This record gives sequence, structure tokens and C-alpha cells, in this order.
Amino acid sequence: MHRYSLSRLIRNALSGHTQWPQVWRTPDPKPAYDVVIIGGGGHGLGAAYYLASEHGITNVAVLEKSWIGSGNTARNTMTIRDNYLHAPSVRLHRESMKLWRGLGRALNFNIMLHERGMITFLQSDAQVAHATRMAATMAVFGSPYILLSLRELRRRVPHYVDSVRMPVQAAIYHPKVAMARHDALAWGLARAADARGVDIIQNCEVTGIVQENGRVAAVETTRGLIRANKIGMAVAGHGSVVARMAGIKLPVETWPLQAFVSTPMKPVLNEIFVVAAYFNYFMQSDKGELVAGGVTDPYPSYAQRGTPAIVEDVVSGMLDVFPMFARVKLMRQWAGMLDITYDNSPIISQTSLPGFTIDVAGSGGWKTTPIAARMHADLIARGRPDPLIVPFGLHRFATGRLIREGGVDASR
Amino acid sequence: MLVLPCPWCGPRNEDEFHNAGDAHKQRPFDPERLTDAEWCDYLYVPANPKGWLLERWWHVAGCQRWFSLERHTVTHEVRPVPENKAFREKQQ
Repeated sequence: MHRYSLSRLIRNALSGHTQWPQVWRTPDPKPAYDVVIIGGGGHGLGAAYYLASEHGITNVAVLEKSWIGSGNTARNTMTIRDNYLHAPSVRLHRESMKLWRGLGRALNFNIMLHERGMITFLQSDAQVAHATRMAATMAVFGSPYILLSLRELRRRVPHYVDSVRMPVQAAIYHPKVAMARHDALAWGLARAADARGVDIIQNCEVTGIVQENGRVAAVETTRGLIRANKIGMAVAGHGSVVARMAGIKLPVETWPLQAFVSTPMKPVLNEIFVVAAYFNYFMQSDKGELVAGGVTDPYPSYAQRGTPAIVEDVVSGMLDVFPMFARVKLMRQWAGMLDITYDNSPIISQTSLPGFTIDVAGSGGWKTTPIAARMHADLIARGRPDPLIVPFGLHRFATGRLIREGGVDASR
Repeated sequence: MLVLPCPWCGPRNEDEFHNAGDAHKQRPFDPERLTDAEWCDYLYVPANPKGWLLERWWHVAGCQRWFSLERHTVTHEVRPVPENKAFREKQQ
């Protein structure tokens, strides 16, 4: 791999930045691979990267129907956090945050990771009680989640205005919450995987999954048949569509989750803010735009746009504590597609079809990208799940051992 | 923003309605006799089609009527479903 460094930057600057080599190849698909990964987002590229870097499996193809990172990797709000309620989730997200921290260095690619901290305004006794309980759970795993008094909140956030309808009673502070750049993650993983021999094949849509002798054998694509006896699916939003090609009905439903940004302004918000009573969150991006989002749309959909009613709800919640943003203008709006499970937890699992593994339903899978990808790669390579992801297997729906995380997400 | 055809009130704004999920599912007649996998299928596996979806809606901020309609999950077109005979046939 062509390593990035200060000296190389200087050398390339002298030649007017015209001599930088291509970052990854654009190969034609080979007729067969050891492993095929469906989905060229963070999770799919990550699985290929970890297969190559940790398991020495480099005869791998990543198939992406569009360009890499163009799907839901590009449709989230880039927040990385681990405030969850149940032990398996806290453990998984905590491991993910550890990987995130080392990822830029491991990939030799600046993923623009930076800690921001997250402050949740609590506006009822029930919210304070719930936050206290979560803080206790997270303390067990050594993740700080700190209840702030009103005085401390005012010291950190001098410019908030107390809500008239629902006065702020306290706040909870999650200092480790970070943000990273979504494109940089996809590109960094792609570059590192490509350097290890992985073929990244863009504009290649999977149209069918072929089975032979009771196990998975190949994928049919818009660029022909590609054989592999291990196929990993890392698809967001369309998880159930692709799984149906393998004859598998997934317990997921596709819901839009919207976000939008304002025109840029000078720095005014440091942390990420959540107004619990409105189930919304907002922050200021590095470019100065206010970024905001809320709950999923009120009905399932594959349309990547979302309903305006959500925008209105989110904005009213934001204005309740920061009325100074009343005249800010919205600039862009989009909707990411979530594969939502009944328990709002991801599925990283083997399936009833031998050789076909899945990593879906992150319910907002951005923050779990590195750990889910690494565990998925491990599952593909070794054929059995690591203890970390055993609770996230498909079997949990039939056995009833659900990991009920609905309601603790910042956004719902 | 959807405009949904309430059978009683006529076309109304989506804000007045509550989406209640798949309409094609029937509660198993005798849950005791089902395997775990079959019960799981009933409880947790929605149809989730990329296309026409038959679903239940509740006009909660209006006349309180429950009804079914078909909605396209990509284009968001909606079309009413006759309440009685045709709907039941579709279920089978």
C-alpha cells in the first residue's frame, strides 16, 4: 500500500498533487472467490478488510450495486456511542468504540474521528430515573455516563433556554461520544482491503443467490455469475430483499430515519444534544451546519425521502431549548433506511443456509461498523460465532431471548 | 406527506392516522400447537415487501375507524382495499 505520510504529502505538493496514485483498483469480477461479501458499505468493506488482515483470506470480492459507501453508510449522522441498556449491547458497542479509536492509524487513513461528548436534557422524573439506571449499567462496563446537575449543565451549556412546557430537571453527559467521517471510513477500509488483495467491484448488483447440495454456491449478478461457497451479506435497508433471494425470511422491517442539516454558521454547539422529551438530537458538524434528526418515520418504507412531519417535530424540540436557532435555514434533508428488528438490536449470524452469513439490522448500524464487520469476518473464517455476538444470533427470535433496546437509542 | 382514504371521512392527512402494520397476518388458530419457529414467524417476521404492502391503519385523530389499504413502499401510492369480500379473499 502506498502509505500516506507528511513527507509524501510534501513531495506530492511539490508536483502539484498530480502524481497521487489511484487509491484502489477497479477489477473485473473473477469467476470464483473464496468469499463474496454482498454490500460495499462500511460493514461489507470492513468484513473484507478483517478477513484479509486478521484471517489471511484475501481471495475475496466485495459486490456493491452502486458506488462504495453510497448507501446507508452515507445516510447516517456519524455519531459513535455506547449508551445502551443491556449487557450484550453495551459490550458490543464498547468494543466497537475501542476499534473506532484505533482505526485511523490501522488503516493509515484519516477517518476524522473526534470526541464530542453527548448531553441529554432530562425533563421528567421518569427520564432521570431511566438515565440513572443506564448510568449504573454502563458503570459496570467502565463506560462513563454522568448525571449533571442543573448548575453543572448551565456551566457547560450557558446558552440553553429552559423549556416552558417541560422544565429541564437534569442532564446526562456521555463524554466518550465521538464522530467520524462516513466517506473516510468507506474509503479507508476500501483502500486497506484492496491493498491486501480484495477485489472491490462496484456497479455490480446481486440479483440471485444460487444453492447447490444444500449450501450456498454462487451469486448471480448484473456482471455475471460469481461462485463462492462462503457468502456474507452486509446490507442495510434491503436486508430482507437480499435474504429472500436465499430463501430466508428475516425478522426485519425497513423504516426510514431522517436527518437534515442547516446552512453553515460559526461554532456555537460543542457537544451533541438530545432532548429526551422530543426524542430528537442535534449537533454542529465540522463544516458548521446544524445536523438534526429524530425518530423513525411513522410507517415502514423503502423510499429514501421521509415525511415532513418528522422535520417539524425535530425542529420544535430543538427550538424548545435553543430558540436562538429559530431563523436558521434548512439546507438538505435525507432519509436512511434501517432494517429494524423487533428488539432494535442487530443480527450478526449464521443462517439456515450453510455458508450464508448475515450482518444486518444495526438499527442505525454506523456505530457498530468496525466490531460488526470484524465479528462477521471472524464468523465467516471460523464458521462459528464469537461469544460477543452469540446473543445477536438469528436464533434469539425463536428462543425469545430478545435484547430489547427500543427506547434507549438517542433517536427513539 | 400521505393523504390516506379513510372509508368514513374520505381523504385525510397522514398525521391523523396510526400505522398498525401488516394486514395479511392472521393470528394462528391454536398457538399451543405451533413450533417455536412458526410462532417466531407470526410474531417477528413482517412481510416487508419492496412494492405493494397490504396494511392496517387507524384513524386515531379522526373518526377512530380501523381499515386496510394497499401502499407501495417505494412510490408511496395508496389504493383502497374493499373492506369485506375482496380483502378476505386476498388474505387466503
